[in-house]
Amino acid sequence: MCKECGCGIVGEVSIAGMPGSKIQSPLVGSAHEGGHDHAHQHEHAHPHGDAPHHGHDHHHHDEAEHDHAHHPGDQHTTRTIAVERNILEKNDRQAERNRGFFQAKKLLVLNILSSPGSGKTTLIQKTAEALRGKRRVGVIVGDLATENDANRLREAGVPVVQINTGTVCHLDADMVARAATKLDLDNLDVLFVENVGNLVCPAAFDLGEQLRVVLLSVTEGEDKPLKYPPIFHSADVALVTKTDLAAATGFVRDQALANLGRISHHARVFELSARSGQGMEDWCAFLTASSVNH
Amino acid sequence: MHEVGIIQNTLAMAIETAEASGATSIHALRLRVGRLSGVVPDALEFAFEVVRIGTMAEAARLEIESVPAVCWCHKCQSEFVSDDLLGECPGCHEPSMELRRGAELELAAVEIS
Repeated sequence: MCKECGCGIVGEVSIAGMPGSKIQSPLVGSAHEGGHDHAHQHEHAHPHGDAPHHGHDHHHHDEAEHDHAHHPGDQHTTRTIAVERNILEKNDRQAERNRGFFQAKKLLVLNILSSPGSGKTTLIQKTAEALRGKRRVGVIVGDLATENDANRLREAGVPVVQINTGTVCHLDADMVARAATKLDLDNLDVLFVENVGNLVCPAAFDLGEQLRVVLLSVTEGEDKPLKYPPIFHSADVALVTKTDLAAATGFVRDQALANLGRISHHARVFELSARSGQGMEDWCAFLTASSVNH
Repeated sequence: MHEVGIIQNTLAMAIETAEASGATSIHALRLRVGRLSGVVPDALEFAFEVVRIGTMAEAARLEIESVPAVCWCHKCQSEFVSDDLLGECPGCHEPSMELRRGAELELAAVEIS
């Protein structure tokens, strides 16, 4: 989808090694597909008004045919039709559908976002290990290519599905709906969706998550939230990661927290190191409190 | 950020509307783009030049209405215009929790015949 952020021509998305479009999901499509309601489109102007009103109100989108007989001379009449539609509505609709489905299963779904290399996979792996015995964790992981992240998590005993987006720089709600069918959701309490490492495009795509979690690693610099405000602004939870490296990188904690406070002002903030375990207890306690043990 | 994909969706929506109205060509697409939508109008226009080729919107204009970001300050009980995502109230310098306008990304209308 995103050809202009340098990611080239859109190819086929693959999920668990299969073409994504071949994976059926009860969340995607229906008998009514294509017949969704367009009753909110209506004509409101016939500026040249030289033909009798031919009333194309279009509250009957499902009808196979209806009269579009135009009068001679109509061809050069321009009309303005109010559309008033959200351009990302297709994704937003799918995201709401996902959200309802996940809520019905009492599954806590987290959309994990950061730049590449901030420690998303390590965080998820260590969190799943820390929650073992308390919550059952599954993962959907998105990358342009390779199964490396999925393999790491699989080796740690975490059920995981890899999405390879090919050239697309973000996950969308449709990919998540299809990938979710590859997990035994009834035997999970928490689902992490590890997004493609990117601080720009994923901000606009709701996946149907309950919580959006944005990582800021101490190696990235304190001003990341100021440089990428939309994604940090949309965070429900902000995690300062790799705190074990803070001293080595000269990380100025107060400044980073102040920047997060300005941009992610309504987010819960945790500071942790998945590798050393520092701060993991609070984060895991928060996840335990936010989810249900089935 | 992903303006080609966005303009493809927009054009598909416009063509769907036009065809449902029995039109054979699209003369203009009117978009409403919030300052905080994350979409760059110039990039949309550039992308539109390419994606319209060979469609019923081949000769169409792209009209973009830019919507300023308007936040609500609970403390001062007033709206203010914010040009960045910091959303700080100019009166009390508190961050606003409520963006009232400015995140729009909408196809408002199409001009057809």
